[in-house]
Amino acid sequence: MAATLPPPRLLPSGDSAVTVEFSRTIDDAANERVLALDKALGASPIDGITETVPTYRSLLVHYDPGKIGFDALGEKLLPIASKPLPPAAKARRWRIPVAYGGEHGIDLEDVAKALNTTPDDIIARHAGGDYRVAMIGFTPGWSYLSGLDKSLQMSRRQSPRLFTPAGTISIGGIQAGIQCLAAPSGWHLLGRTPVRTYQLHRNPTFLTEPGDRVTFFPVDHKTFDELDRAAEAGEIIAEQVTA
Amino acid sequence: MSRLVIASIGPASSVQDGGRFGAQRYGLTVSGAMDRLSLAAANTLVGNEPFAAVVEIGPFGATFTAQDGAVRVAIAGAPRNADIAGKPVAMDTSVTLKDGETLTLGFARGGAFTYLAIEGGIKGELVFGSLAVNARAGLGSPYPRPLQAGDEFTVDAASGAPELRIELPKPVSGPIRVLLGPQDDEFDDANKALFLDSEWKISATSDRMGYRLEGPAIKHLHGHNIVSDGTVNGSIQVPGNGAPIALMMDRGTSGGYPKIATVITADVGRLAQTSAGTAFRFKQVTMAEAQDEARKFAQMIKNLPDCLRSSDTVELNIEALSDANVAGYAVSAMDAGTWQVTAEP
Repeated sequence: MAATLPPPRLLPSGDSAVTVEFSRTIDDAANERVLALDKALGASPIDGITETVPTYRSLLVHYDPGKIGFDALGEKLLPIASKPLPPAAKARRWRIPVAYGGEHGIDLEDVAKALNTTPDDIIARHAGGDYRVAMIGFTPGWSYLSGLDKSLQMSRRQSPRLFTPAGTISIGGIQAGIQCLAAPSGWHLLGRTPVRTYQLHRNPTFLTEPGDRVTFFPVDHKTFDELDRAAEAGEIIAEQVTA
Repeated sequence: MSRLVIASIGPASSVQDGGRFGAQRYGLTVSGAMDRLSLAAANTLVGNEPFAAVVEIGPFGATFTAQDGAVRVAIAGAPRNADIAGKPVAMDTSVTLKDGETLTLGFARGGAFTYLAIEGGIKGELVFGSLAVNARAGLGSPYPRPLQAGDEFTVDAASGAPELRIELPKPVSGPIRVLLGPQDDEFDDANKALFLDSEWKISATSDRMGYRLEGPAIKHLHGHNIVSDGTVNGSIQVPGNGAPIALMMDRGTSGGYPKIATVITADVGRLAQTSAGTAFRFKQVTMAEAQDEARKFAQMIKNLPDCLRSSDTVELNIEALSDANVAGYAVSAMDAGTWQVTAEP
């Protein structure tokens, strides 16, 4: 029997939510514990919990104080959160097409210049990465990925853009992202994917889940347009790799 | 079926209900009415479920016309002048618009949001169980955007039920109550005290995503960048410039600024109804107090049907009126045309 892990901190987020914090920094091990706790609560729900929101380093647990109080909930959460991690389950794996550069990735050239290399090299390093969906947040479907090649890590733009298009594939700091809806962003735009991580009236509405694995592959701009039309019609054009 | 046609309406008005829960893990925020008690009061007056969809009307005026039949509605929330063809309509009452009649609502006098509930509710397509407008995600029904002149709702013909008023419990007044955290350890004692002891005003640039607070700059211990984590309605985050932002119903589901405190559930609606420019304070409470208040707040909404009165037994609730303050929602004024809240927006 493996030893229990150090317990997380329980931080009150008002009277109806508690932040179960495993780390203050971006840390893959902490994120694995976040996702394991989320999964455990999904499999054996605690009465009174209404919704859970996994993030990089913590699980936000929403609950109804009419059903369970802060202390009682904490007593139930801590032992589950301190259990050794179960053996890693086979994660789902998505292959996501990306049209890099040009109008779809307006920062590709600048990123290459800043890192003293060529756009093709940036594409190879970005598409060559093996990523994990660490969390989904900010706007629907915005998937924050861990696993960015260290050589691609650079600080965010000085001034965020007020508009970046739907499907933007970008990097910021040590993170990579798949953005679904048009939104403001201070990240560097490398390309666009026709894949909709969120699409109303499609089953499933949300494509990615925290814990999913993601890889990218380059497509030309003509292929992008074709895939984009198929996606618009409701097709799931991301390829799911079965291991 | 009748129609309720919006002849005119100000910005920041949209269809809202109890909110959209269950998909925050996918980045889909909750939206929903800024002031849940007033939402429930308006719905209760016309016999709807407390969190049914209504028209949330921003600080400016609006006019609604019944077409193809009569429409029964109710108004609650931020007080404003209201009339049908010059005949005053009181806040916290139901009223039936005859075919062709127009209900005219003036500016909010104190507070920000007034709720117009329609008997039988608003009809639309539920997404994650909600009709609430979330303009950024293109969600909400029947109009996935703020309302504008010319929009209309297909609604049930008025039932002819007798008109009602609702006698709401005496509104809570005084400071907005908060729990410290989740990241209060990112601030030293002096800055926590500065937050709790200072007078604050809500900036005019606030919206359904967040209320920007004007007051002293709050300094962080270790800088303003934390790794993004989850947010709730009422999270008070402190960005780099030190000016706190209270996150409201259209907040991002995650955020990367330290959150010094969280408004208690029972007071989120009171904060939402605090007019821009009005001075107010925060007060720290314990978890036990906050959870007790949350339970009482939920019970109060459950008990609203017991607060209904026949609309012809009108009497001025002098106590409630004298206690009226900008942070108090749902002030019962039976003759809304003849009194003013003391603090102007």
